[in-house]
Amino acid sequence: MADATHPAIQFRDVEKWYSTRDEPVHALAATDLAVAEAEFLVLLGPSGCGKTTIVRMIGGLIVPTSGEIAIEGQSLWRQGQRQAPALADLGMVFQEANLFPWLTIEENIALPLELKGTPKAARRDRARTLAKLVGIEGFEKRWPRELSGGMRQRAVIARALSYDPRILLMDEPFGALDAMTREAMNLEMQRIWLSTRKTIVLVTHSIAEAVFLGDRILLLSPRPGRVDLEVQVPFARPREPDLQSTPEFQAIVRRLRHRLNEIS
Amino acid sequence: MENTPRPVAQPPAEFTKRRVTREGVLPWITTPILLGLLILVWESYIRLAGVSPLILPRPGAVASAWLEMLHDRRAWHHTWMTVYATLAGFAYASVIGVSLGVLIARLRWLELTLNPFIVATQVIPKVALVPLFVLWFGFGISSKVIVAAVLAFFPILTNTAMGVKSIDEGHRDVMVSLNATRWQVFRRLEFPSALPYMLTGLEIGIVLAIIGAVVGEYLGGNAGLGHLLIARLNAFETDQMFAVLIHMSLLGFLFYFAIGALRKILVPWHASARARV
Repeated sequence: MADATHPAIQFRDVEKWYSTRDEPVHALAATDLAVAEAEFLVLLGPSGCGKTTIVRMIGGLIVPTSGEIAIEGQSLWRQGQRQAPALADLGMVFQEANLFPWLTIEENIALPLELKGTPKAARRDRARTLAKLVGIEGFEKRWPRELSGGMRQRAVIARALSYDPRILLMDEPFGALDAMTREAMNLEMQRIWLSTRKTIVLVTHSIAEAVFLGDRILLLSPRPGRVDLEVQVPFARPREPDLQSTPEFQAIVRRLRHRLNEIS
Repeated sequence: MENTPRPVAQPPAEFTKRRVTREGVLPWITTPILLGLLILVWESYIRLAGVSPLILPRPGAVASAWLEMLHDRRAWHHTWMTVYATLAGFAYASVIGVSLGVLIARLRWLELTLNPFIVATQVIPKVALVPLFVLWFGFGISSKVIVAAVLAFFPILTNTAMGVKSIDEGHRDVMVSLNATRWQVFRRLEFPSALPYMLTGLEIGIVLAIIGAVVGEYLGGNAGLGHLLIARLNAFETDQMFAVLIHMSLLGFLFYFAIGALRKILVPWHASARARV
């Protein structure tokens, strides 16, 4: 169980190389990183800066070349084996809404519980509660294809929340959505975060989204990927959409944009 | 369907559904018309050209021969033999095709090893091997079952393998991040994801199984619709031969639509289940 002595997520000297046809690619230079309990961390950066590599490594989908990753104080990898207890604390939301098309929305949301052997009635109750939380109530019996992109992404978030993981990893979850839906989803994310107080790591390439949602922003630079700039976001929550037009907000956005232009 | 509190997201789905239903009615109107037209051309050709009924019987004669056949217990025995050979061959082909398809899709070395042999079984004209099967497995039903199975096997195998290979990487990621066991990955992801492809294989397979059974009956033995057809032909009972032909075709339709119905039950979520064949 987590106590105050260790962060929710910790990287010690984590490095990643990819082998390719031509020459090895240095995706992430040796990186130290600590994400605190209930922190909303945003990874921002140009493509190829290793931000997706970082979340996928936290999620156990990519093995680090060297270094150690600990989730709630438990090592994620031991002798090349993914450690199940560490994974139990993680929920992942991917870029495309990858719901299973052969399951209804309700079954999709409850899939993690089904894999863990939760009884059917309990699964359905949980799925309904979550559908309400993410705002897709009434669509539980539908097929994913019958929902809009925004609603599908909400269902994916509900699926990640279903087994109540302490950490939510989100890899450009709203990248495929239009600007208006995206803004609505940002408000939704803040609401979910306020009501669940999960540790969240969000990858995005939208500066405004990063500043609006994050407690802390890590700006990453490419070749090799590494943390270039760390920015604390001082605004109190809940944050209103109008916050985005204040000079303070704009100042942080400007600072990040200038640095982003320099490094990419 | 369900009543929803937010009808805003509803129209697209409802719209699609209604349009498909309306389209679905069309074949029920056009098919009888085209069929009637065909029979009309057939009948008038015989009348105008004065074709001998030994070469081409009149539609009416064929129809009454077929109705007569329906009352003939021996004809039903032949039908049953063909049905049995088809279904048994199809069953073997399905079990072997699906399991081997899953295996070669997952084990690259097995695919590379078996591929030349699997392709070989396809490029060899199998109908030419039928006499050999008769020689090996006798004039009885087993040679027919084997011909049916050999013909149906290939599309089932390739479609299953393709289905298992086309599984979305993002879906795999979901299962990995949920720490799913190998069995769960198969049961919850690979199998349902590959099922529409498998059904396509089965759809092609059942038709080939009938062909296999009938060709087997042509060339040996004294049972089955294939045998009956040849016997009628040799007796110059052309109208009855046509009746057997119609009988066979109806059997083919029945099997094919049975698989189609299976598709609607098993993969209602898939686009292929919404479109009428």
